[in-house]
Amino acid sequence: MSTVDKNDKTERAERLSVFKTYKLYVGGKFPRSESGRVYEVTDSKSNWLANVPLSSRKDARDAVVAARKAFGGWSGATAYNRGQILYRIAEMLEGRREQYVREVADSEGLSKSKAAAQVDAAIDRWVWYAGWTDKIAQVVGGGNPVAGPFFNISSPEPTGVVAVLAPQESSFLGLVSVLAPVIATGNTAIVVASEKSPLPALSLGEVLATSDLPGGVVNVLSGRTAEIATPLAAHQDVNAIDLAGADEVLAKELEIAAADNLKRVLRPQPVDDWAATPGIDRMTAFLETKTVWHPTGSLGASGSSY
Amino acid sequence: MASVFEYAPAPESRSIVDIAPSYGLFIDGEFVEAADGKVFKTVSPSTEEVLAEIAQAGEADVDRAVKAARKAFVKWSALPGSERAKYLFRIARIIQERSRELAVLETLDNGKPIKETRDADLPLVAAHFFYYAGWADKLEHAGFGASPAPLGVAGQVIPWNFPLLMLAWKIAPALATGNTVVLKPAETTPLSALFFADICRQAGLPKGVVNILPGYGDSGAALVAHPDVNKVAFTGSTAVGKEIARTVAGTRKKVTLELGGKGANIVFDDAPIDQAVEGIVNGIFFNQGQVCCAGSRLLVQESIQDELLESLKRRLSTLRLGDPLDKNTDIGAINSEEQLTRITSLVEQGEAEGAERWSPACELPESGYWFAPTLFTNVTQAHRIARDEIFGPVLSVLTFRTPDEAVAKANNSAYGLSAGIWTEKGSRILAVANKLRAGVIWSNTFNKFDPTSPFGGYKESGFGREGGRHGLEAYLAPSSPEGER
Repeated sequence: MSTVDKNDKTERAERLSVFKTYKLYVGGKFPRSESGRVYEVTDSKSNWLANVPLSSRKDARDAVVAARKAFGGWSGATAYNRGQILYRIAEMLEGRREQYVREVADSEGLSKSKAAAQVDAAIDRWVWYAGWTDKIAQVVGGGNPVAGPFFNISSPEPTGVVAVLAPQESSFLGLVSVLAPVIATGNTAIVVASEKSPLPALSLGEVLATSDLPGGVVNVLSGRTAEIATPLAAHQDVNAIDLAGADEVLAKELEIAAADNLKRVLRPQPVDDWAATPGIDRMTAFLETKTVWHPTGSLGASGSSY
Repeated sequence: MASVFEYAPAPESRSIVDIAPSYGLFIDGEFVEAADGKVFKTVSPSTEEVLAEIAQAGEADVDRAVKAARKAFVKWSALPGSERAKYLFRIARIIQERSRELAVLETLDNGKPIKETRDADLPLVAAHFFYYAGWADKLEHAGFGASPAPLGVAGQVIPWNFPLLMLAWKIAPALATGNTVVLKPAETTPLSALFFADICRQAGLPKGVVNILPGYGDSGAALVAHPDVNKVAFTGSTAVGKEIARTVAGTRKKVTLELGGKGANIVFDDAPIDQAVEGIVNGIFFNQGQVCCAGSRLLVQESIQDELLESLKRRLSTLRLGDPLDKNTDIGAINSEEQLTRITSLVEQGEAEGAERWSPACELPESGYWFAPTLFTNVTQAHRIARDEIFGPVLSVLTFRTPDEAVAKANNSAYGLSAGIWTEKGSRILAVANKLRAGVIWSNTFNKFDPTSPFGGYKESGFGREGGRHGLEAYLAPSSPEGER
């Protein structure tokens, strides 16, 4: 630390800092919870950090409406355009690196350097997924050599509106690891932040809002995971759910509710190391395969038939 | 309409098939009786003749079969892929050799025309085994990781509309990837699966790798719920699919579901009308419309409605309904009395709701389960016949004016399995195909299948894909956290 920094600190001490009011991010706007409720978020030593919105069922439903509204535009955007926007998000995150390091360190009780490693890995992961948007179709789709005079091609398409229960323990890297694959492939998302450590997720909303990401593509809710997840799992206009942040009992309950409209369910899987290269499973979990056929009008023995 | 040329009867001989008076369950390479001694009868839907008495699997039998499959899994999964491949190639070849026998058998037990079992079902069954045989020793190149692993015991429940083809769709990829199988065929069509057991014997397949448990829904439910089943594959109704999804909740069982559909067949004003008419007929009257991806909703552009309907009605008047074993028969019997009742009741509701019903002059045989090809006009999207899967030879006709309207109406369904597009304009095909929420889209054709092509639905038509490289995924363990896939 240089002396300049010390001076800064002294100066700051004389100044009352400005607290941040953490708000939800829904439909590109920053509402408080419709319920007017908040809950107290503390650091690992039980020091008060912020009052954050305790989202209600109504907030969850509003988020679904916003996500559905955004789906057509986002899924219809070119993969190149989605990649550009995801990369832009990484740029914005980089600029706010220090803020996230502070929030992750506070939330998860990590040292500055460990928190910084998490944040760096998270930013790098956004960049990784930004590069996937225009490649996944080539990797998991393709032409099928059918035995007949037909041209036939399979391509992946987003499943629709995906509810994402962010991992509870990894408040930022875990969050990014489950959110980025969902939107990279053209889905829209409702993210339920880590219940204990929601601050990085709520701050992410501020980044998304200034990254050319259309409003509603990502909606961030904070509160009791079980309380918000239940209506999302049962919602008839939600197409898929990622249960990363649910414990075993809750996951089973949500899976049963999700069966009602045959939502695609990604079950919680133990993750030892969120920093490890994730593979493409989290993308393919929320993709449908569409196969389109057309006659080729092949040449018959008697000459042209097309 | 009387035909200019009367057809002489051209029945396929049934002497090629030797149906035993009774069959057991096929467990661990042996035919055995059910633990509780229960049996049921399978009848020929076209004559109501009892074909055979079949052992009915109960919970104890399910347990026994799963144990046999578990035991067999150890060696089967450890076999080099090239050896598993050879078993599957053998099966494919034996199916080809016995194709005529199996086609006749399937027609007897299912009621579908011999023309279809002979020219569609059986060639596709052999092709599926042939296709997946070739994957067995190439799995590390399939894109699911460097050393993809099987899941274990697969519990598979299949429907009665394509008994042997659905068996092939389920068993071929399961065995290729090193899993062992307990399969429950439908209660109205168990015979071809039991004949398949004999094919496994001829192929020298190790005991316990394939187990066949005929039975009703409760046998299937017991299989799905069995704690030692690692993978569940189901083709059937959406209602049962939802029940299965609830049953496996909170377990580690991997699931694929191929469920119902209400396919939209969209005909634009520039479509080649004659080809479209053939496609519409094929889309809804193939296998008496008992097809999950049937084009049961015809969406026709308003300006050509009259012309198209006239052609369609003329074509329907030439369809020949009758003895499924006759090679000239286009429309066979409905699979069961229960299904006939369901079709009849939905059609009556269609009339009651104000849609206009039409059928060609059509004589129905006196015994057996029959339903004349039926067309409904004046159908709105709110009508039950436009929303519910009828699973019979019943076509609902709706109209549209613009491509956007066609897409909106086509997508206005809880289902999302198939769709058809008829237009001469390539850009319109691609634009509309892009916007349709369905897993399989046929443009200027309909009801085409191939083992290399992934098949499966969006929305409430189910999870996962069968066929092609995609079909392997359902039977392989998720890739490692390192993500090498």
